[in-house]
Amino acid sequence: MGLTWMAWTWQTATFFGVIALLLVAMTVWEFASPGGAPRRGVLGIETTRGDRLFISLLGSAFIHLAWLGLVGPDLWWALGLSLIYAVAVFRWV
Amino acid sequence: MDKTWNNRAWFMVLPVLALVAFNAIIPLMTVVNYSVQETFGDNVFFFEGVIWFQQVLNSDRFHAALGRQLTFTFTILAIEIPLGVAIALAMPRRGFWVSVCLVLMALPLLIPWNVVGAIWNIFSLPDIGLLGRVLNSFTHYNYTREPGDAWFTLILMDVWHWTSLVVLLAYAGLQSIPDAFYQAAKIDGASPWAVFRYIQLPKMKRVLIIAVLLRFMDSFMIYTEPAVLTGGGPGNATTLLSIDLVKIALGQFDLGPAAAMSIIYFLIVLLLSWIFYTVMMRGEGQQ
Repeated sequence: MGLTWMAWTWQTATFFGVIALLLVAMTVWEFASPGGAPRRGVLGIETTRGDRLFISLLGSAFIHLAWLGLVGPDLWWALGLSLIYAVAVFRWV
Repeated sequence: MDKTWNNRAWFMVLPVLALVAFNAIIPLMTVVNYSVQETFGDNVFFFEGVIWFQQVLNSDRFHAALGRQLTFTFTILAIEIPLGVAIALAMPRRGFWVSVCLVLMALPLLIPWNVVGAIWNIFSLPDIGLLGRVLNSFTHYNYTREPGDAWFTLILMDVWHWTSLVVLLAYAGLQSIPDAFYQAAKIDGASPWAVFRYIQLPKMKRVLIIAVLLRFMDSFMIYTEPAVLTGGGPGNATTLLSIDLVKIALGQFDLGPAAAMSIIYFLIVLLLSWIFYTVMMRGEGQQ
Protein backbone atom coordinates (compact mmCIF):
# COMPACT_ATOMS: atom_id res chain seq x y z
CA MET A 1 0.00 0.00 0.00
CA GLY A 2 1.53 3.27 -1.04
CA LEU A 3 1.13 6.48 0.87
CA THR A 4 0.40 8.67 -2.15
CA TRP A 5 -3.21 9.12 -1.04
CA MET A 6 -1.96 10.89 2.06
CA ALA A 7 -0.35 13.53 -0.16
CA TRP A 8 2.74 14.02 2.02
CA THR A 9 4.97 17.05 1.62
CA TRP A 10 8.31 17.47 3.37
CA GLN A 11 6.95 20.52 5.16
CA THR A 12 4.07 18.68 6.78
CA ALA A 13 6.29 15.65 7.45
CA THR A 14 8.70 17.95 9.31
CA PHE A 15 5.78 19.42 11.26
CA PHE A 16 4.62 16.00 12.48
CA GLY A 17 8.22 14.88 12.99
CA VAL A 18 8.83 17.82 15.34
CA ILE A 19 5.68 17.01 17.33
CA ALA A 20 6.75 13.36 17.59
CA LEU A 21 10.22 14.45 18.69
CA LEU A 22 8.68 16.76 21.30
CA LEU A 23 6.75 13.81 22.75
CA VAL A 24 9.89 11.67 22.81
CA ALA A 25 11.85 14.53 24.38
CA MET A 26 9.18 14.95 27.07
CA THR A 27 9.41 11.23 27.86
CA VAL A 28 13.20 11.33 28.09
CA TRP A 29 13.01 14.47 30.25
CA GLU A 30 10.54 12.80 32.62
CA PHE A 31 12.81 9.74 32.94
CA ALA A 32 15.95 11.83 33.42
CA SER A 33 14.45 14.20 36.00
CA PRO A 34 10.94 13.29 37.12
CA GLY A 35 8.85 16.38 37.74
CA GLY A 36 5.49 15.47 36.30
CA ALA A 37 3.55 16.11 39.51
CA PRO A 38 0.85 18.75 39.08
CA ARG A 39 1.59 22.28 40.25
CA ARG A 40 -0.42 25.48 40.41
CA GLY A 41 0.79 28.39 38.31
CA VAL A 42 -0.31 31.89 37.32
CA LEU A 43 -3.56 30.65 35.74
CA GLY A 44 -4.62 29.09 39.05
CA ILE A 45 -5.05 25.67 37.48
CA GLU A 46 -3.14 22.50 38.21
CA THR A 47 -0.88 21.50 35.35
CA THR A 48 1.60 18.72 34.71
CA ARG A 49 4.43 18.96 32.19
CA GLY A 50 2.23 17.27 29.61
CA ASP A 51 -0.53 19.83 30.21
CA ARG A 52 1.98 22.61 29.73
CA LEU A 53 3.11 21.09 26.43
CA PHE A 54 -0.55 20.90 25.33
CA ILE A 55 -1.15 24.54 26.33
CA SER A 56 2.04 25.55 24.49
CA LEU A 57 1.12 23.70 21.30
CA LEU A 58 -2.51 24.87 21.26
CA GLY A 59 -1.46 28.43 22.03
CA SER A 60 1.19 28.31 19.30
CA ALA A 61 -1.41 27.18 16.79
CA PHE A 62 -3.54 30.20 17.61
CA ILE A 63 -0.53 32.56 17.61
CA HIS A 64 0.24 31.35 14.07
CA LEU A 65 -3.38 31.72 12.96
CA ALA A 66 -3.62 35.19 14.46
CA TRP A 67 -0.38 36.25 12.79
CA LEU A 68 -1.56 34.86 9.47
CA GLY A 69 -4.95 36.53 9.71
CA LEU A 70 -3.85 39.89 11.11
CA VAL A 71 -0.28 40.45 9.89
CA GLY A 72 0.73 38.30 6.94
CA PRO A 73 2.16 35.03 5.68
CA ASP A 74 5.67 35.57 7.10
CA LEU A 75 5.30 33.05 9.88
CA TRP A 76 8.88 33.00 11.24
CA TRP A 77 7.93 35.85 13.57
CA ALA A 78 4.94 33.85 14.78
CA LEU A 79 7.23 30.87 15.37
CA GLY A 80 9.58 33.04 17.45
CA LEU A 81 6.65 34.41 19.42
CA SER A 82 5.35 30.86 19.99
CA LEU A 83 8.73 29.74 21.34
CA ILE A 84 8.76 32.66 23.81
CA TYR A 85 5.17 31.81 24.74
CA ALA A 86 6.08 28.13 25.25
CA VAL A 87 9.02 28.99 27.48
CA ALA A 88 6.75 31.29 29.51
CA VAL A 89 4.12 28.55 29.82
CA PHE A 90 6.67 25.99 31.02
CA ARG A 91 8.14 28.51 33.46
CA TRP A 92 5.06 30.09 35.01
CA VAL A 93 1.84 28.19 34.23
CA MET B 1 2.57 10.49 51.09
CA ASP B 2 4.66 9.08 48.29
CA LYS B 3 2.73 7.41 45.56
CA THR B 4 4.34 4.62 43.59
CA TRP B 5 4.14 5.38 39.93
CA ASN B 6 4.05 2.44 37.59
CA ASN B 7 4.10 3.64 34.03
CA ARG B 8 4.07 0.13 32.60
CA ALA B 9 0.29 0.27 32.68
CA TRP B 10 0.54 2.63 29.72
CA PHE B 11 1.42 -0.35 27.51
CA MET B 12 -2.17 -1.53 28.03
CA VAL B 13 -3.30 1.56 26.16
CA LEU B 14 -1.34 0.62 23.03
CA PRO B 15 -4.16 -1.30 21.26
CA VAL B 16 -6.49 1.69 21.69
CA LEU B 17 -3.74 3.96 20.43
CA ALA B 18 -3.39 1.82 17.31
CA LEU B 19 -7.14 2.03 16.73
CA VAL B 20 -7.22 5.78 17.25
CA ALA B 21 -4.25 6.12 14.92
CA PHE B 22 -6.24 4.53 12.13
CA ASN B 23 -9.55 6.30 12.66
CA ALA B 24 -8.35 9.71 13.82
CA ILE B 25 -4.64 10.48 13.66
CA ILE B 26 -3.92 9.27 10.12
CA PRO B 27 -7.00 10.99 8.63
CA LEU B 28 -6.09 14.15 10.54
CA MET B 29 -2.54 14.01 9.16
CA THR B 30 -3.99 13.65 5.67
CA VAL B 31 -6.17 16.71 6.24
CA VAL B 32 -3.08 18.67 7.33
CA ASN B 33 -1.31 17.53 4.15
CA TYR B 34 -4.27 18.58 2.01
CA SER B 35 -4.46 21.98 3.70
CA VAL B 36 -1.18 23.16 2.19
CA GLN B 37 -1.81 21.87 -1.32
CA GLU B 38 -4.07 22.30 -4.32
CA THR B 39 -5.44 19.34 -6.24
CA PHE B 40 -7.52 18.88 -9.36
CA GLY B 41 -7.98 15.18 -8.73
CA ASP B 42 -6.00 12.15 -9.93
CA ASN B 43 -3.81 12.31 -6.82
CA VAL B 44 -1.81 15.17 -8.29
CA PHE B 45 -0.99 17.86 -5.73
CA PHE B 46 0.63 21.29 -5.94
CA PHE B 47 2.20 22.87 -2.88
CA GLU B 48 0.57 26.18 -1.96
CA GLY B 49 1.93 26.94 1.52
CA VAL B 50 -0.38 28.68 3.98
CA ILE B 51 -2.48 30.44 1.36
CA TRP B 52 -5.67 28.49 2.16
CA PHE B 53 -5.40 29.29 5.83
CA GLN B 54 -5.02 32.96 5.01
CA GLN B 55 -7.98 32.79 2.67
CA VAL B 56 -10.23 31.12 5.24
CA LEU B 57 -9.14 33.44 8.07
CA ASN B 58 -9.93 36.51 6.00
CA SER B 59 -13.14 35.23 4.45
CA ASP B 60 -16.42 36.87 5.43
CA ARG B 61 -18.16 33.63 4.65
CA PHE B 62 -16.16 31.79 7.33
CA HIS B 63 -16.65 34.58 9.88
CA ALA B 64 -20.40 34.53 9.28
CA ALA B 65 -20.61 30.74 9.58
CA LEU B 66 -18.52 30.81 12.77
CA GLY B 67 -20.76 33.54 14.19
CA ARG B 68 -23.86 31.48 13.42
CA GLN B 69 -22.25 28.40 14.91
CA LEU B 70 -21.35 30.15 18.18
CA THR B 71 -24.83 31.69 18.40
CA PHE B 72 -26.43 28.30 17.87
CA THR B 73 -24.22 26.45 20.35
CA PHE B 74 -24.50 28.97 23.17
CA THR B 75 -28.26 29.38 22.66
CA ILE B 76 -28.95 25.66 22.91
CA LEU B 77 -26.58 25.31 25.90
CA ALA B 78 -28.35 28.19 27.66
CA ILE B 79 -31.70 26.46 27.12
CA GLU B 80 -30.86 22.75 27.42
CA ILE B 81 -28.74 22.75 30.58
CA PRO B 82 -31.16 24.66 32.89
CA LEU B 83 -34.18 22.97 31.31
CA GLY B 84 -32.59 19.52 31.67
CA VAL B 85 -31.76 20.14 35.32
CA ALA B 86 -35.28 21.46 35.98
CA ILE B 87 -36.91 18.39 34.40
CA ALA B 88 -34.56 16.06 36.30
CA LEU B 89 -35.54 17.80 39.56
CA ALA B 90 -39.22 17.43 38.73
CA MET B 91 -38.98 13.71 37.95
CA PRO B 92 -40.09 11.25 40.65
CA ARG B 93 -37.27 9.69 42.66
CA ARG B 94 -38.85 6.24 43.12
CA GLY B 95 -41.88 4.22 42.16
CA PHE B 96 -43.63 3.18 38.98
CA TRP B 97 -43.37 6.54 37.24
CA VAL B 98 -39.58 6.50 37.29
CA SER B 99 -39.39 3.94 34.48
CA VAL B 100 -42.13 5.69 32.51
CA CYS B 101 -40.29 9.00 32.73
CA LEU B 102 -36.95 7.43 31.84
CA VAL B 103 -38.37 5.69 28.77
CA LEU B 104 -40.11 8.88 27.62
CA MET B 105 -36.88 10.82 28.13
CA ALA B 106 -34.78 8.27 26.27
CA LEU B 107 -37.07 8.19 23.21
CA PRO B 108 -35.74 11.26 21.35
CA LEU B 109 -32.18 9.99 21.86
CA LEU B 110 -32.99 6.73 20.09
CA ILE B 111 -34.10 8.39 16.86
CA PRO B 112 -31.43 8.61 14.14
CA TRP B 113 -30.31 12.16 13.44
CA ASN B 114 -31.48 12.32 9.84
CA VAL B 115 -34.89 11.03 10.90
CA VAL B 116 -35.11 13.79 13.52
CA GLY B 117 -34.39 16.29 10.76
CA ALA B 118 -37.02 14.74 8.51
CA ILE B 119 -39.63 14.61 11.30
CA TRP B 120 -39.17 18.29 12.10
CA ASN B 121 -39.02 19.21 8.43
CA ILE B 122 -42.50 17.80 7.90
CA PHE B 123 -43.83 18.70 11.36
CA SER B 124 -42.96 22.37 10.78
CA LEU B 125 -44.09 22.76 7.17
CA PRO B 126 -46.21 25.93 7.13
CA ASP B 127 -49.06 24.49 5.04
CA ILE B 128 -49.37 20.82 6.06
CA GLY B 129 -47.20 20.37 9.18
CA LEU B 130 -48.88 20.30 12.59
CA LEU B 131 -46.53 22.83 14.17
CA GLY B 132 -46.57 25.05 11.08
CA ARG B 133 -50.36 25.08 10.89
CA VAL B 134 -50.80 25.80 14.59
CA LEU B 135 -48.24 28.61 14.56
CA ASN B 136 -49.77 30.06 11.42
CA SER B 137 -53.11 30.39 13.13
CA PHE B 138 -51.51 32.86 15.58
CA THR B 139 -48.79 34.50 13.57
CA HIS B 140 -47.06 34.37 10.23
CA TYR B 141 -44.65 31.41 10.25
CA ASN B 142 -42.66 29.94 7.40
CA TYR B 143 -39.33 28.35 8.23
CA THR B 144 -38.47 27.76 4.60
CA ARG B 145 -38.57 31.50 3.86
CA GLU B 146 -37.99 33.47 7.08
CA PRO B 147 -34.51 33.25 8.69
CA GLY B 148 -35.95 33.95 12.16
CA ASP B 149 -38.47 31.12 11.79
CA ALA B 150 -35.75 28.78 10.52
CA TRP B 151 -33.63 29.52 13.61
CA PHE B 152 -36.62 29.07 15.90
CA THR B 153 -37.36 25.66 14.38
CA LEU B 154 -33.70 24.61 14.43
CA ILE B 155 -33.28 25.47 18.11
CA LEU B 156 -36.62 23.90 19.04
CA MET B 157 -35.56 20.72 17.23
CA ASP B 158 -32.21 20.55 19.02
CA VAL B 159 -33.82 21.22 22.40
CA TRP B 160 -36.37 18.48 21.71
CA HIS B 161 -33.69 16.03 20.61
CA TRP B 162 -30.98 16.63 23.20
CA THR B 163 -32.44 18.02 26.43
CA SER B 164 -33.14 14.37 27.34
CA LEU B 165 -29.44 13.67 27.50
CA VAL B 166 -28.96 16.44 30.07
CA VAL B 167 -32.03 15.18 31.96
CA LEU B 168 -30.73 11.61 32.12
CA LEU B 169 -27.26 12.69 33.25
CA ALA B 170 -28.60 15.17 35.83
CA TYR B 171 -31.08 12.56 37.06
CA ALA B 172 -28.28 10.03 37.53
CA GLY B 173 -26.42 12.66 39.57
CA LEU B 174 -29.52 13.33 41.69
CA GLN B 175 -30.15 9.62 42.33
CA SER B 176 -26.67 9.26 43.80
CA ILE B 177 -27.48 11.65 46.69
CA PRO B 178 -28.18 9.65 49.87
CA ASP B 179 -31.43 10.39 51.72
CA ALA B 180 -29.42 11.43 54.78
CA PHE B 181 -28.49 14.68 53.04
CA TYR B 182 -32.16 15.61 52.55
CA GLN B 183 -33.02 14.61 56.12
CA ALA B 184 -30.21 16.79 57.47
CA ALA B 185 -31.43 19.68 55.33
CA LYS B 186 -34.98 19.20 56.66
CA ILE B 187 -33.77 19.25 60.27
CA ASP B 188 -31.89 22.46 59.55
CA GLY B 189 -35.02 23.94 58.00
CA ALA B 190 -33.30 24.56 54.66
CA SER B 191 -35.37 26.16 51.91
CA PRO B 192 -35.85 24.30 48.60
CA TRP B 193 -33.43 26.77 47.02
CA ALA B 194 -30.78 26.05 49.68
CA VAL B 195 -31.25 22.29 49.13
CA PHE B 196 -30.71 22.81 45.42
CA ARG B 197 -27.78 25.18 45.80
CA TYR B 198 -25.82 23.36 48.51
CA ILE B 199 -26.80 19.69 48.07
CA GLN B 200 -28.17 18.90 44.64
CA LEU B 201 -26.10 21.22 42.46
CA PRO B 202 -22.70 20.26 43.96
CA LYS B 203 -23.61 16.57 43.68
CA MET B 204 -24.61 17.04 40.04
CA LYS B 205 -21.49 19.03 39.18
CA ARG B 206 -19.49 16.19 37.67
CA VAL B 207 -22.29 14.85 35.48
CA LEU B 208 -23.18 18.40 34.45
CA ILE B 209 -19.59 18.94 33.33
CA ILE B 210 -19.94 15.88 31.12
CA ALA B 211 -23.35 17.10 29.89
CA VAL B 212 -22.05 20.57 29.00
CA LEU B 213 -18.97 19.17 27.25
CA LEU B 214 -20.97 16.59 25.28
CA ARG B 215 -23.63 19.10 24.26
CA PHE B 216 -21.02 21.70 23.41
CA MET B 217 -18.96 19.44 21.18
CA ASP B 218 -21.97 17.79 19.55
CA SER B 219 -23.76 21.04 18.85
CA PHE B 220 -20.60 22.69 17.58
CA MET B 221 -20.14 19.87 15.07
CA ILE B 222 -23.84 19.40 14.27
CA TYR B 223 -24.50 18.59 10.63
CA THR B 224 -27.23 16.07 9.88
CA GLU B 225 -30.24 17.64 11.56
CA PRO B 226 -29.92 21.19 10.16
CA ALA B 227 -28.83 19.79 6.79
CA VAL B 228 -32.07 17.78 6.56
CA LEU B 229 -34.28 20.44 8.17
CA THR B 230 -33.19 23.59 6.35
CA GLY B 231 -30.17 22.58 4.23
CA GLY B 232 -28.50 25.74 5.55
CA GLY B 233 -31.22 28.00 4.22
CA PRO B 234 -33.11 30.18 3.65
CA GLY B 235 -30.15 31.72 1.84
CA ASN B 236 -27.28 31.11 4.24
CA ALA B 237 -29.28 31.87 7.39
CA THR B 238 -28.69 28.51 9.05
CA THR B 239 -25.45 27.52 7.32
CA LEU B 240 -23.45 26.37 10.32
CA LEU B 241 -19.72 25.61 10.10
CA SER B 242 -20.09 21.93 9.23
CA ILE B 243 -22.66 22.62 6.52
CA ASP B 244 -20.41 25.28 5.01
CA LEU B 245 -17.47 22.87 5.20
CA VAL B 246 -19.37 20.16 3.33
CA LYS B 247 -20.42 22.69 0.71
CA ILE B 248 -16.78 23.68 0.14
CA ALA B 249 -15.30 20.16 0.28
CA LEU B 250 -17.92 18.13 -1.57
CA GLY B 251 -20.01 20.75 -3.37
CA GLN B 252 -17.15 22.79 -4.79
CA PHE B 253 -14.47 20.08 -4.40
CA ASP B 254 -12.08 22.70 -2.99
CA LEU B 255 -10.14 20.24 -0.89
CA GLY B 256 -7.34 22.64 0.08
CA PRO B 257 -9.54 25.42 1.54
CA ALA B 258 -11.85 22.80 3.06
CA ALA B 259 -8.89 21.11 4.78
CA ALA B 260 -7.59 24.45 6.08
CA MET B 261 -11.08 25.27 7.36
CA SER B 262 -11.36 21.84 9.04
CA ILE B 263 -8.13 22.43 10.92
CA ILE B 264 -9.20 25.86 12.12
CA TYR B 265 -12.59 24.37 13.07
CA PHE B 266 -10.84 21.52 14.93
CA LEU B 267 -8.58 23.95 16.81
CA ILE B 268 -11.58 26.06 17.88
CA VAL B 269 -13.40 22.96 19.19
CA LEU B 270 -10.24 21.85 20.99
CA LEU B 271 -9.67 25.28 22.56
CA LEU B 272 -13.27 25.79 23.69
CA SER B 273 -13.52 22.24 25.07
CA TRP B 274 -10.30 22.73 26.98
CA ILE B 275 -11.49 26.06 28.39
CA PHE B 276 -14.86 24.58 29.42
CA TYR B 277 -13.20 21.59 31.02
CA THR B 278 -10.54 23.62 32.84
CA VAL B 279 -12.97 26.23 34.15
CA MET B 280 -15.44 23.62 35.35
CA MET B 281 -12.83 21.31 36.91
CA ARG B 282 -11.25 24.23 38.77
CA GLY B 283 -11.18 23.60 42.49
CA GLU B 284 -12.16 19.95 41.96
CA GLY B 285 -8.76 18.94 43.37
CA GLN B 286 -9.40 20.25 46.88
CA GLN B 287 -12.79 18.57 47.29
